[in-house]
Amino acid sequence: MQAVYPLVFSAALFCVGVYGVLSRRNAVLVLMSVELMLASVTINLVAFGAILGAGADPLLTGQVFALFVMAVAAAEVGVGLAIVLLLYRNRASVNIDDADLMKY
Amino acid sequence: MSEFAWLIPAVMALSALTILLFGKRMPRHGAEVGILALGVAFVLSVLVAVEVFSANVAAVAEVEEAHSVQSVWEVGGREVTLVVDAAEGGEAAEIPAGVHEFRLEQSTELSPIGGGFSIEAGTRIDGLTAMMFLLVSFVSLMVHVYSTGYMHGDPRYTWYFTLLSVFTFSMLLLVIANNLLMVVMGWELVGVCSFLLIGFWWEEKANSDAAIKALLTTKLGDVGLMVGVVGLWSEFGTFNITRIYEGVAAGDFDQGLLTFSLLALFIGAVGKSAQFPLHTWLPDAMAGPTPVSALIHAATMVTAGVFLIARLYPVYQASPTTLTVIAIIGVITLFAMGLLALVQDDVKRVLAYSTISQLGYMVAALAFSYTAGIFHLFAHGFFKALLFLGAGSLIHAVHSNNMSDMGGLRKPMPVTFATFVIGSAALAAIPPLAGFWSKDEVLAGAFGAGGYSGTLVTVLGGLGGMITAFYMARVLWLVFAGEFRGNGHPHESPAAMKWPLVVLAVPAALIGFVNLPFDFAHPRGFAAWTMFDLAYFEGHPVEFNLLLALGTTLLALLGIAAATAIYRRRAAVANDPMLRLGLFTQVLQNKYYLDQLYMGVIVRPLRDRVAPAAYWFNDHVLDRIVNLAGAGAVGLGRVTYRTVDQRGIDGVVNGIGSTANYTGNLLKFAQSGNVQLYAGALFVGVFVLGVLFAVA
Repeated sequence: MQAVYPLVFSAALFCVGVYGVLSRRNAVLVLMSVELMLASVTINLVAFGAILGAGADPLLTGQVFALFVMAVAAAEVGVGLAIVLLLYRNRASVNIDDADLMKY
Repeated sequence: MSEFAWLIPAVMALSALTILLFGKRMPRHGAEVGILALGVAFVLSVLVAVEVFSANVAAVAEVEEAHSVQSVWEVGGREVTLVVDAAEGGEAAEIPAGVHEFRLEQSTELSPIGGGFSIEAGTRIDGLTAMMFLLVSFVSLMVHVYSTGYMHGDPRYTWYFTLLSVFTFSMLLLVIANNLLMVVMGWELVGVCSFLLIGFWWEEKANSDAAIKALLTTKLGDVGLMVGVVGLWSEFGTFNITRIYEGVAAGDFDQGLLTFSLLALFIGAVGKSAQFPLHTWLPDAMAGPTPVSALIHAATMVTAGVFLIARLYPVYQASPTTLTVIAIIGVITLFAMGLLALVQDDVKRVLAYSTISQLGYMVAALAFSYTAGIFHLFAHGFFKALLFLGAGSLIHAVHSNNMSDMGGLRKPMPVTFATFVIGSAALAAIPPLAGFWSKDEVLAGAFGAGGYSGTLVTVLGGLGGMITAFYMARVLWLVFAGEFRGNGHPHESPAAMKWPLVVLAVPAALIGFVNLPFDFAHPRGFAAWTMFDLAYFEGHPVEFNLLLALGTTLLALLGIAAATAIYRRRAAVANDPMLRLGLFTQVLQNKYYLDQLYMGVIVRPLRDRVAPAAYWFNDHVLDRIVNLAGAGAVGLGRVTYRTVDQRGIDGVVNGIGSTANYTGNLLKFAQSGNVQLYAGALFVGVFVLGVLFAVA
């Protein structure tokens, strides 16, 4: 199995995530884009784990790390959605361009 | 006992401090402390003297014994016994090993200065020291007791007794010193105390003038003393007196430098001991209280110079030139200053000039014989103290120093009269009183030495004795005979003043017997007691010369007879024939014009020209330079403040601050609050860094 397929796929997915983070106005969509970036990283981990552990002695580190990342991502989304919810309660809007008070 | 001799000056120092600090609160205002301290000092002095004197006598006896053994000779089969008397020719006497005079040195080395040289503080107890202790403590004790009467009711009574204690302490320090630096210390302390005491009644201008004159005149001699001490140090590399003796005995010195140093030291002695030509301060020093005059003249001040010469006697022996100078200065002083006493009206001034004259005898004697010089010093101390205290008693009674205000005092003041007569007769060298033996020894010593200076001293000394007898008889007649010429009713002085006179009259009369020039007393009397080194022991130095003694006695009696003939009838100063001798009187009354000479040649040019010039120089040149330097420093400081501090340092500090402010102002716009902008910057940064790492 060649490494290039999962890596190119992962890179494309990451770029889509970055684009989403930088260009979306809706906070929920920004969060979703972050999840895309995390997913691309997870793919990388799984891919490398599969490629490097292909011998007689399978290396499970990549897979384990992927599970960790998912767990952390779930927690992160929980926190992120809570922030978005509070933002909405205060401002009746989830547009992140409006949340720019921390400035000079 | 001698190990504790340092207590003698120490107890006086303690007494001075005690009187100064607590004297005013004591029942007798401090006088009792001084008298007690001196009592202790005198007892200690006696104990020390007994130990030293007996040890010295034992040493002399051993030398004699050794000689009587050694002088058995075999000459051609016959045994010839040569009895060589140890005393007869001091230099011939060989000192057996193991026999030595009494000498005790205790010394503490003070912090070393470097260069293998250090300063020591130490004491040297020997015959000379023991004798001086006896004299100083005894006379000072008498003066203290006397002063309780004389100074009674004085506003500065306590201060007076403080000074007396310091004065005595200083002299004792000078005497006990084992090195010349301590001698100089004591010497200068004595000078300061005499200054303070002569000017004790400074409210009168004349008194403070006299004090200043005494200080400055002796200070002139002190310059010589300092030069001499440093000269001896450069010669022998030490201030220690014993080591200087050893250096001289070893003979490793430069004759020229030694003579120079000794002459310089002698100038110091000339100033302190009021020798011609620096004697002019002493008569003026009569401005002080009379007991102080007694102390100065008998024990503590003027004897310092004579003591110094005696202390360095072996060193002086190494320089015949200096000895001649000493003899000549001494003889000029003893004769010329004796003459001045003839025309004085002030009784204290008569005594002052007689002191100068007697000091001349001592100094001249030291050129020939150690024992003669210090014996005269010793004997003179007692009868001169007696005379001064007697004069004080007279002054106390008639409230005037002048003999023209006295007269007829024999009846109202019998004790003063009797003691004064004893003192006068002792001074006039009437046998068998003290002055006869000591003065005879001086003259016999000079006569025995012979030579030009010896003859001069003998002849002028004999004539000086006649003058002395004359003026003392004149004083006696003018003061005690005839009618009272002053105001009021004179009466005998209080007991505190009377008893010291009586006590002092005893040694004044009898002290001569410690040094009789006959065989039965010889050579274990005064000469043996007070020797400081067997090598310089003169035995009985001078053979008693009956003819000379008879001659001087005759001269003295002649003087007394002449004075009696003149003053018995007209006991009044107004028609004193001494004041009617034309040029003679005029010269004497003007004190040989020496005061005028010093005023004109030294004091006036110094005071009226040099001092103002120095003042002008100070005011206009030195002060200007100092002011300029000050102004320059201020200007420089101002410039530095403006440029370096305000511009340079402050500029840097302010610059750092304002730069931070400026850049902060620029950078603050990056803080937009837009999270996506931050994230974009983040990604761009990661991308750039990634490219950089990939390239590198």
